Amino acid sequence: MAVKSAGGGKYRKMSMSPKEYQAFAKTREPSRSIFGNCIRAFIIGGAICVLGQAIQQLFIHLAHMKPEDASNPTVAVLIIISVILTSIGVYDKIAQFAGAGSAVPVTGFANSMCSAALEHRSEGLVLGVGGNMFKLAGSVIVYGTVAAFFVGIAHLIFGTGGAH
Amino acid sequence: MIFLWAFLVGGAICVIGQICFDVFKLTPAHTMTLLVVLGAIGDGVGIYDPLIKFAGAGASIPITSFGNALVHGALDEMQKTGWIGIITGIFKVTSAGISAAIIFSFIAALFVKPKG
Amino acid sequence: MLQGKQTWKFENRPVIIGAATVVGPDEGDGPLAGDFDLVHPELDMQQKSWEKAERLLLEQASEFALNNAKIAKDQLQFYVGGDLMNQIISNSFAARTLGVPNLGVFGACSTSMESLAIASLMVDSGAGQYVLAGTCSHNCTAEKQFRYPTEYGAQKPPTAQYTVTGAGAVVVAASGEGPVVEYATIGKVIDLGVKDPFNMGAAMAPAAVDTIQAHFNDTGRTPKDYDLIVTGDLASVGHPLAKELLIRDGVPMDETTFKDCGLMVFDVEKQKVQAGGSGCGCSAVVTYGHILKKIAKGDLKRVLVVATGALLSPLSFQQGESIPCIAHAVAISGGKE
Repeated sequence: MAVKSAGGGKYRKMSMSPKEYQAFAKTREPSRSIFGNCIRAFIIGGAICVLGQAIQQLFIHLAHMKPEDASNPTVAVLIIISVILTSIGVYDKIAQFAGAGSAVPVTGFANSMCSAALEHRSEGLVLGVGGNMFKLAGSVIVYGTVAAFFVGIAHLIFGTGGAH
Repeated sequence: MIFLWAFLVGGAICVIGQICFDVFKLTPAHTMTLLVVLGAIGDGVGIYDPLIKFAGAGASIPITSFGNALVHGALDEMQKTGWIGIITGIFKVTSAGISAAIIFSFIAALFVKPKG
Repeated sequence: MLQGKQTWKFENRPVIIGAATVVGPDEGDGPLAGDFDLVHPELDMQQKSWEKAERLLLEQASEFALNNAKIAKDQLQFYVGGDLMNQIISNSFAARTLGVPNLGVFGACSTSMESLAIASLMVDSGAGQYVLAGTCSHNCTAEKQFRYPTEYGAQKPPTAQYTVTGAGAVVVAASGEGPVVEYATIGKVIDLGVKDPFNMGAAMAPAAVDTIQAHFNDTGRTPKDYDLIVTGDLASVGHPLAKELLIRDGVPMDETTFKDCGLMVFDVEKQKVQAGGSGCGCSAVVTYGHILKKIAKGDLKRVLVVATGALLSPLSFQQGESIPCIAHAVAISGGKE
């Protein structure tokens, strides 16, 4: 079969280097509305903390707990709320609006575990739920633990004996 | 008054997270990891506890408090048992959060399908 | 046969004798709802997993395409298909159901036109009388594999795209009634170093440009020869970039209508899809559902579909690699000269 060329090379081929193209694409990228996103994160994140504070006050006044003891049950209640909202498919919708406002509070931590557990249920209870629950939250625990270890070592070296 | 400070401080920590997302283009996992490490360092230098006293849930609900609690456990235990406390104490304080998240997530996974 | 550098001219004029599309609820809310054969009201389609739902889409689209082509399953000789899942499992399970000799292909979101090009080449060369080409994608399987669990609260930037839940299939035959496949231009892998997986439009635009230019240079055609040129899933970020690049290079895109399937399948203003649609199903359902119907009605005479694909994997992205991209173009005409 003959190779037929019909008017080949009519249009010149794209001449941009990768660097030029990346700069070109960058200038045309729709900007993220950083200011608006920060305001929304501030309001939703602040509201979640106010809710936490309210739950904590309830534990202090109704269950007569000391403020430092009330913190653990408060966290647990917020985690239940987050797991429920994740289960009914609402948390991801809130997050698209709130951004870091719903990701940074402990509810976001619970959402990252619950969403992974739900999503991978189809791969079984052990390999799916068990193996994937920490696929997003794991890095937080790993780095938190490693950081805590080195902070402890630093206290050991500077001889504070752990006073802080 | 504690509610106002909880709102302002909690909101401000979330704004730091949002800036990590939008300005530094970090993934959520990188952002959370960074905040946890910041919280751990914050407790290490002794500024996180006063922040919790001042802002209440505004400082104890954001993920930074998880780093703070890990360090707290390690240092408390170190005071009691010496250097080995760094290892044995890390998870002493944070048990509630992690256990609750594991248990409730597991139960949810038994009964709920993701909605998409 | 080969024409120019990378274009096949189908001289025996293979005909698309039947096409079918099946979509999910969001596409059913979109502006092209009336063009699809079946709209599922639920994302999970009453299946146990997202993956099963995606498979069902492709199985149904294949079945409907055979019905629409009015041929029996045992008349079909080959099935060419692919999808976005690891090891193209949706294609393999759908092929298992069909029970037809299968060629699995992968071109990410360009799989629609890649499979159509291969099917047309097979029919044109006499390798088959009836060949089915199909592809599918599902929003939730794509989220799960490439991004995060579907319920995870991660905020999507405005450059992100929304994977189409849908499948499209066509029966290509040596003779019969229907739109004719004239040319296929096979694209090169182009990588200009864009690394942001939430900005695939910008990553893929140069691949689309390269293939469109190659198509014109190989065939001697100009944009004027087409009533419509559509890109696969460049969406609101990549599509204007592609247009600007083409015009910069002296390709008169103003002489034709230049659209994008990712902007046609959804109402980008009203539906929360960020920059627009994406996925294998995006170009498939728009081309096989909407565009082929318009060609059949005579509203469009000749169309060039340039399906674009971002060939990244979650692994390559995490290892810091940029996104290699590809585009395959297929020219379809009403068949009347």
